[in-house]
Amino acid sequence: MIEKTATEEKVNSKCFEFVQEAGLSRRAFVQLLGTGLLITVTEGISIGQRSRGGGRSIAVAARVHLNRDGTINVMTGKVEEGQGPRAQLSQAAAEELRVPVDRIHLIMSDTGLVPDDGITAGSRTTPSTVPAVRQGAATARELLVRLAADRWKVDAANLNVQDGVITNKKTRQTISYADLAGSSDVAEAFKQSVSSDVALKPVSEWKVLGESVARPNSRDILTGAHHYPSDVVRPNMLYGKILRPPSYGATLQSIDLSKARAMKDVFVFRDDQFVGCAAPSSFLASQALEAVAQTASWRITPQPSGKELFSHLKEHARTGGRSSPRTRGSIDSALASASKVLSETYTLAYVQHTPMEPRAAIAEWNDGKLTVWSGVDGPQRVQGDLARAFDVPSDRVRVIVPDMGGGFGGKHTGEAAEDAARLARAAGRPVAVHWTRAEEFTWAYFRPAAVIECKGGLEANGSLIAWDFTNINAGGSAIDTPYNIANTRILSAGSDSPLRQGSYRCLAATGNNFARESFMDELAAAAGADPLAFRLAHLENSRIRTVLETVAKHFNWAARKKKVTAEIGVGLACGTEKNSVVAACVEVHVDRKRGQIKVNEVCEAFECGPVQNPANLTSQVQGCIMMGLGPALREEMQFEDGKILNASFARYLVPRFEDVPKIDVHLVKKTDIPSAGGGETPIIAIAPAIGNAVFAATGIRLRAMPMQNALRRQLA
Amino acid sequence: MDARITLTVNGDKRTVVTDPQRPLLDVLREQLHVTGPKYGCGEGRCGACTVLMDGRRTLACVVPVGSADKKTITTIEGLADGDRLHPVQQAFLDEGAIQCGYCTSGMILSAVALLNENPRPTDEQIIEGMNGNLCRCNGYTKIMNAVRRAAANIAEVKKP
Ligand code: FES
Ligand code: FES
Repeated sequence: MIEKTATEEKVNSKCFEFVQEAGLSRRAFVQLLGTGLLITVTEGISIGQRSRGGGRSIAVAARVHLNRDGTINVMTGKVEEGQGPRAQLSQAAAEELRVPVDRIHLIMSDTGLVPDDGITAGSRTTPSTVPAVRQGAATARELLVRLAADRWKVDAANLNVQDGVITNKKTRQTISYADLAGSSDVAEAFKQSVSSDVALKPVSEWKVLGESVARPNSRDILTGAHHYPSDVVRPNMLYGKILRPPSYGATLQSIDLSKARAMKDVFVFRDDQFVGCAAPSSFLASQALEAVAQTASWRITPQPSGKELFSHLKEHARTGGRSSPRTRGSIDSALASASKVLSETYTLAYVQHTPMEPRAAIAEWNDGKLTVWSGVDGPQRVQGDLARAFDVPSDRVRVIVPDMGGGFGGKHTGEAAEDAARLARAAGRPVAVHWTRAEEFTWAYFRPAAVIECKGGLEANGSLIAWDFTNINAGGSAIDTPYNIANTRILSAGSDSPLRQGSYRCLAATGNNFARESFMDELAAAAGADPLAFRLAHLENSRIRTVLETVAKHFNWAARKKKVTAEIGVGLACGTEKNSVVAACVEVHVDRKRGQIKVNEVCEAFECGPVQNPANLTSQVQGCIMMGLGPALREEMQFEDGKILNASFARYLVPRFEDVPKIDVHLVKKTDIPSAGGGETPIIAIAPAIGNAVFAATGIRLRAMPMQNALRRQLA
Repeated sequence: MDARITLTVNGDKRTVVTDPQRPLLDVLREQLHVTGPKYGCGEGRCGACTVLMDGRRTLACVVPVGSADKKTITTIEGLADGDRLHPVQQAFLDEGAIQCGYCTSGMILSAVALLNENPRPTDEQIIEGMNGNLCRCNGYTKIMNAVRRAAANIAEVKKP
């Protein structure tokens, strides 16, 4: 029904095909990348084995494969979704293999081909997967050197590797990786486990790491040649649409499928609550779905609405049990003895990732085996979920993640994959399910809303002696205060979330840092101190001090603070999460008449240990700053009776070009600690810095994100 | 009722028989397998689906294919001249102005349309011209730099 086109062949030739005749236990595959390379991985090498990005050992062959043309395949379970692991992990492998980075061909996120490096989340690629790949590459290099030494009957210490060529320093005899590719002794040697104590190149000797290497497939992206998950086409494929309840918690009572069934070329399927239509075009599938949706009757269950969100969260807060507070000193007596006590509540709305590429999956069943192409952060995790959902062994499920549209923590789950697999199995044909924007807004998950209660006690001399901080619902990341306070009580309490919630770039750290850094500003004001001096007076962490001082210097904090007017304010904030540190200064323009906050300028200093790819890290910091602006100012899910009221870009306003301030990023150099990830933490300083700047200009303290809405409420 | 619609896509004449109400974007992606233009919202609010129709910037998700009959469509696949990237593509490459890249095709076509109309835009004009395009990786800073660079390069080439 669907003609095979040139484009489709191109898609297929870019994929990796299992050799059909190979038995399941003998994992073998052909890689078709135009060069016609063949890789065979034989029994005994468990490529799907969990390496946890560095934990348990895997065979070298599962990580590194030499090609005869001198290129090297390096396998990783990590997913490229715009944050740079394709370049960074290629650099890591190139560094340890002693080859130029363009010699590395990184094979990513295909459960049939790569080891499990854990889900792509939590800034773990840099601290876990980079070392794992480096160890794999370094072990491979050592094995190859030893092989050459054996062949030449010399001591390996006499050999040197450069540019993929092993040279005997004395005889100048050489052999290249390409020469060794395909030989049986390499295959034998690569069965060995990756060594976890192999020596890695020290930072001072890095040649490839530390460079601004561009994303290796940039050109394919710029020319439209790259196929994202939503672009993948399989022969004979249908497009599927899934029936969604009219509100959360609604259950399907009855439905009449006959009208859609009568439509030409349409396939309709129901399994209890699941109803889907598939057709040769998504237009037709949508028409069919509309026809059946009109006949559906639903049982509605009452749901909490946005207007009672914060009281609902407080009412259902789970204190005690597992969520018991961490304490230091004696908070109650410190608060009682303090000369000034402040007590305030901060709130945080639900927000959505709204990734540009909504969830998409293509599922195909062949002889009881399921192959899925989908945009998910954890291919192995989704492989397991699909195996359970369809009751098949996980080695009969293969999940392939082509480089996908950004997820920002929002694509940990495989809903579209399951939708597609269910429909494909019933239809007996491959089915693609592409979520619409409205589906993504409604049926994906949200960053948790929060109520955050803060209490602080100051001594007469202005020093902070008591800190009581409770986050209800959003979680405990970055909840501990980095400030030096003698008496603290810190609690992350779960609650009953009205909306489905999940991960997000830096998750709870943003809310916790917003409340903490805003409240620190309130305490500084109460102590009559400059916000910068007040922080520094309570801060021992030298890394945070450094970024704070760096940013204050570049922003010219002291001078600009003196120039604050009723309309132009400056504010600062800092924080730490995931072993990196950040500080930001901002300038805002507040338009009281229109209740508008415009961020004019952001200066941010960030430090995450040795920088592995400066250009990419700069993109991440800039991206975090801009992404953080949205929930800081405007983004907020509105919901009522189980329905999302603003499930569109027309009513949910994410940052656009017109919102871009002057952005000045400073990457602080630090090389004596291991590298940490940098794709998340730069987001946490922006909201409190904005709030503090608004206060500096107006004297109005905004204790709710999004703050523009909060400002309007206060001015009303 | 299906209609017979003829489009010239990236220089190739293509004929489809389909419901004229179907969005141009769907026809390009699903029927002609031209997948450079992306779906981002389907409501004209994100620019991911931007193409040039008879040289003018067009949101393919809100244009019924019937109204594109006999029109010339340029997508990201049709911009480069063989191996030579279009100056706007080249500028995006040089500035490293891609993160996930899902918005990139729409960004580039919006920039091409902008620079065709106004080869020397001010920053305000770039912001106005690009404001319909969303990037959720929020790579706006480098994209702005890329558009500025493209404008400068094009101006350089056009100098007598
Ligand atoms: S998909 Fe057309 S504007 Fe968003
Ligand atoms: S680069 Fe990811 S949406 Fe723009």
